Amino acid sequence: MWRIRVFEERVGELTRANEVHGLVHLSVGQEAVAAGVCGQLRYDDIVYSGHRAHGHAIAKGAPLERVLAELMGRADGLCRGLGGSMHLVDVEHGLLGATGVVGGNVPLALGSALANRLSGGDQVTVVLFGDGAVQGGIFVESVNLATLWQLPVILVCENNGFAEFTPRSAHTNVERVSDVVAPYGMDRETVDGNDVGAVHAGFAGFLARARRGAGPMLLECLTHRVRGHYEGDPVRYREALAAEEWQELDPILRLQRRGIAEGWLDEAGTARLAQDASEQVEEAVRFARESPFPPASLTAELVYAS
Amino acid sequence: MTETTYLQAITMTLAEAMRADPRVLVLGEDVAEGGPWGATAGLAEEFGAERVLNTPISEAAICGIAIGAAQSGLRPVLEIMFVDFLTLALDQLVNQAAKGHFMSGGQLEVPLVLRTQGGAGQRGGTQHSQSLEAWLTHVPGLKVAMPSTAADAAGLLATAIADPNPVVFVESKTLYFRREEVADDLEPIPLGRASVMRAGRDATVVALSRLVGESLAAADELAGEGVEVEVIDPRTLLPLDFETIVESVRRTHRLVIAHEAVTQGGFGAELAAQVQAAAFDDLDAPIERVGAPFAPVPFSPPLEDAYLPGRADVAAAVRSAMGRQPADGSLEDR
Repeated sequence: MWRIRVFEERVGELTRANEVHGLVHLSVGQEAVAAGVCGQLRYDDIVYSGHRAHGHAIAKGAPLERVLAELMGRADGLCRGLGGSMHLVDVEHGLLGATGVVGGNVPLALGSALANRLSGGDQVTVVLFGDGAVQGGIFVESVNLATLWQLPVILVCENNGFAEFTPRSAHTNVERVSDVVAPYGMDRETVDGNDVGAVHAGFAGFLARARRGAGPMLLECLTHRVRGHYEGDPVRYREALAAEEWQELDPILRLQRRGIAEGWLDEAGTARLAQDASEQVEEAVRFARESPFPPASLTAELVYAS
Repeated sequence: MTETTYLQAITMTLAEAMRADPRVLVLGEDVAEGGPWGATAGLAEEFGAERVLNTPISEAAICGIAIGAAQSGLRPVLEIMFVDFLTLALDQLVNQAAKGHFMSGGQLEVPLVLRTQGGAGQRGGTQHSQSLEAWLTHVPGLKVAMPSTAADAAGLLATAIADPNPVVFVESKTLYFRREEVADDLEPIPLGRASVMRAGRDATVVALSRLVGESLAAADELAGEGVEVEVIDPRTLLPLDFETIVESVRRTHRLVIAHEAVTQGGFGAELAAQVQAAAFDDLDAPIERVGAPFAPVPFSPPLEDAYLPGRADVAAAVRSAMGRQPADGSLEDR
């Protein structure tokens, strides 16, 4: 969680400095979902994500420096600079893809789960999406098919209460995403998505069953997007949480408080975690800055696979 | 030689691909029942429900499932029953399938075949009769095949299934049941290789799908007037065998492009632009295009018949390119 937090805050700075390009969506405040879900997966488990994917990629094992190089459009980026922030792919670590079209990733995960089942493997496919994806028709189509075909796929919804600039209540009368899937008979659970322990526990139960071929299931993680929809969003549509209110909710501070209370973490350990994360991120910044931009010939080269 | 139909050639090729490669699976609406024409008839019985997947009427999701399955190592053949319904799956096809390889920096492959069929002439009305192939050729990352014969349908489909890229395979509902003599062993046909259906010295006609047969009939008619027409079927629009077309135009100095789709913004517009850029000095007449008028396909039978481009339109366009009047001396309303 520390690595994701420090990484994304640094990405915010680099965006303002025009070193990171394009549309950048940060998951600051939502790190417990990435850590609690992707942190339990094997590299050969498959993850699909959406436009707010940096944390998922990092928690799934994508190297920080290659994620950052991708955000900066460099040749050593995960996708050789052709994907960018919203299209991170790291096949080696089982990240088959983030997609910039909200909800477009959900059926892809079903297809991957179908392939896993046909091949007889025990890999599990997970798709992460926001609550804004749930109002799209393709979500309902996918929920119907996943349950009809009993696919070993885990749907993880990061319900941060906002779809782009608009609160969930202005888009739908169904408050809980877990209620949307209820008529299909999908196993579902809603957890405090800012409590990494709760996310971990909720997901662990589903994962163990999906590993044995069961599914589908939906884990709804109630969380909070600290920053705007994208970097540069003036966020005129909501009041920011008061600092003390956020300190109560912040998944990192909550885990630290718990660790100190339970005696497995102390102030020095906390400082060391933060320091380690900063050093890794600064190393990633150095790596990405040194990486060249890809050659212009790459554009034509990669239109088709051969 | 064996007698077959375009549709039987497709069914046979699907079955052979599924026998040869366990990664090949078929999914779509009603495919286990064979579909409305029988293109997938018998596959469920031979290969079982795990590899012949009936789906709900959810074009967007089933297209996405096929793409995800392709990214994870399968070779799905997805059927979208009518090309008109492809509109419902275009996000998945255009944003996910076509760009998967590119935006992953080459990490992903999407070996997907999307079979669909288009064309009018069966009183299907506006929403079951369109020819939308030009849209698809505007999308880098897709391949587009549009066979006009049974042998080509078989040969191109086999190649499309083996291709590591998403291929949209646009069949023609009006050609499905036409009988044809084919070789006993149908060989795969590379994508991007045109077929010269008839050689000629006076004018080149490049025709797509149903218009290939119409153009061959027009060529017979024109031969009686002493005009020898070369008829070329590109067979695939992406990739396009441009060399064969330009080489022909350099010999005949005249080009007519014929397709059933609306002329405006059709594939003929792109081909005409490419040919004039490559062979402007070789052209002795403006490039003629034959296509449908800029209107949806009408339902009423006489209106649909009047709307559809065919043999007479191709013949008239060739005469125009040759600077000739019609054979019967009448001035055609063109």
